Amino acid sequence: MDTFVQQLINGLVLGCMYALVALGYTMVYGIIGLINFAHGDVLMIGALVSYSVATALMESSPNLSGWLALAVALPVSMGACVGLNLLIERLAYRPLRSAPRLAPLITAMGVSLLLQALAMVIWLPSPKPYPQLIPDTVFDVWADGPVITLTQLLILGVTTAVLALLMALVLRTRLGRAMRATAENPQVAALMGVQPDRVIAATFAIGAALAALAGVMWAANYGTVQHTMGFLPGLKAFTAAVFGGIGNLAGAMVGGLLLGLIESMGAGYLGSWTGGVFGSNYVEIFAFAVLIAVLTLRPSGLLGERVADRA
Amino acid sequence: MNVSSILSSSFAVRAGQRGHWMLLAGLALLLMLVPFGIVPFGEGWVRILALALLYVLLALGLNIVVGFAGLLDLGYVAFYAVGAYMTAWLSSPHLSEHLPAVMALWPNGLHVPIWLIVPLAAAVAALAGIVLGAPTLKLRGDYLAIVTLGFGEIIRVFMNNLEQPLNLTNGPRGISQIDPVRLGPLDFSQPLTLGSFSIPSVVLYYELFLLMGVGAILIGHRLEFSRIGRAWMAIREDEIAARAMGLNTRNLKLLAFAMGASFGGVAGALFGAFQGFVSPESFSLMESVMIVAMVVLGGIGHLPGVVLGALLLAALPEVLRYVAADLRVHTGGRLDAAILRQLLIALAMIGIMLWRPRGLWPSPERARAAPEEMTP
Repeated sequence: MDTFVQQLINGLVLGCMYALVALGYTMVYGIIGLINFAHGDVLMIGALVSYSVATALMESSPNLSGWLALAVALPVSMGACVGLNLLIERLAYRPLRSAPRLAPLITAMGVSLLLQALAMVIWLPSPKPYPQLIPDTVFDVWADGPVITLTQLLILGVTTAVLALLMALVLRTRLGRAMRATAENPQVAALMGVQPDRVIAATFAIGAALAALAGVMWAANYGTVQHTMGFLPGLKAFTAAVFGGIGNLAGAMVGGLLLGLIESMGAGYLGSWTGGVFGSNYVEIFAFAVLIAVLTLRPSGLLGERVADRA
Repeated sequence: MNVSSILSSSFAVRAGQRGHWMLLAGLALLLMLVPFGIVPFGEGWVRILALALLYVLLALGLNIVVGFAGLLDLGYVAFYAVGAYMTAWLSSPHLSEHLPAVMALWPNGLHVPIWLIVPLAAAVAALAGIVLGAPTLKLRGDYLAIVTLGFGEIIRVFMNNLEQPLNLTNGPRGISQIDPVRLGPLDFSQPLTLGSFSIPSVVLYYELFLLMGVGAILIGHRLEFSRIGRAWMAIREDEIAARAMGLNTRNLKLLAFAMGASFGGVAGALFGAFQGFVSPESFSLMESVMIVAMVVLGGIGHLPGVVLGALLLAALPEVLRYVAADLRVHTGGRLDAAILRQLLIALAMIGIMLWRPRGLWPSPERARAAPEEMTP
């Protein structure tokens, strides 16, 4: 029971971060049908920028409260990622919007490599310790039982709030309506007075802000940052988006949470289920196994509608 | 270009091909002599050339999948790994040392000859290609990119962890003591002495890889203008139209996966025997991306372009190592040859797609069709 609840907590926290990244994938895919390979690396840039800002602040004034440093570092990294993603969209994706589908996909891969290489040049390739900004308080769920850290509690709370805000944005505001219209049919949306370029840029901006948030959470939760840290989370978040039904916001959230749970339960129980044959080091496979299973059994995902065949 | 014109375009290309064959044969002969000119400068350079030829083999294989059939495969290195580990298992003492059952049957270790391993590796890799392709058949092409990427990662995780409960891969330490290539009396690990003239071992490998590379070009060329090749290109341009023309798109796509993968398997088997050692490190995602970049850079679907791309990118790290030798010192460790290589490949991939989407050396046929295609 202890292990179960502990893995449940870990899985939910992991799932929250996947969900935030998956939203970025799913929104971009919903609108322009592009798998933005570089999205995971935007997360990495977000984490590294916040690392630089926070470290610089803590070094210049050692008595500074960690909360304050976080309050500065988070908006700065979100801003940096929004700017970066807008730049990527403008330079690498927009010119290829009407090109054959393979082209933007290859560019996206190039952008991902480029961001990792630039991160190595700017921040050096070695892993770096992320400063302890949030007090490392640990709460017992019950005595001698599973525990939850303050960071984990915050991740759960902040993610819930952000997801609610995002749903409100997409369902209740003018911009949200324009986004949904563009996703449905860009030409007709343009005829109705929507400016597709702006809407697409806004989508990239929102996705980048969410990715930066997830990056800071990731760094705060695991305590290290490195140029490769965005790749696997990005891939898994994409899996989560497909799992929930790509293009579907609620699906990305559900898919993210479920994938987080599957992974953490796998990490907790795989060893004992298989009698120690497969240890928790096989956990990396879970996400891809889920992806292949979903694509075979229910390609539209859990909550998705029929995937339009534009082959 | 529309589908029916591809399906009926074989005739025009056939004309004037004899000249091409003569040219290719002359070029191959010239390439056979190249290492003898280089050996005096150091056998290391021949080794680089030999590895570059393996990349040519890989790029030609991937070109079948990406270039001909238009299916973006980002886990291609997995098939390379399958081939390499086939060689490692079948011609090294590893399995006998760790599996009692094998030990009982072959106490001296398995030493399967290479001419058996290579077709076997091709077959197993082809099977892996079908297994991987099957779940993605009904899906849009970009899912395929992610699934293949995931497949590559799965293979890597297995390579890294399959040392328990049975030690199959020896984990990150890899498998060593793999037999060199032996064909009849010819042992590739020893210099071949002809009278007073001695051919170094690495040159022998070079010639073997050159032979395989030329074979791959021939197969690729025959495929391109065959019924199957034209069907693949029809699928690439418009799958729905291709199906409407009566093509069995499912089987054709699976065939593309299988054929492409078998090239990877062959290259892997040769690589294993050449190095004498395999470890998961050689089969990272970066390798897959490199091979995709080779195909894209050279000219998707155009054989000479793909060969050019493979040679350029395979040579790039070596050139950089030479040029950027003290870059590390000047930049305080921020920039070294590996990072610079990644930077250049990334920029090349983006730049080529933006300004020369058909690659450095595109096929003339496709270049003609390009303006028509670009209109939304």
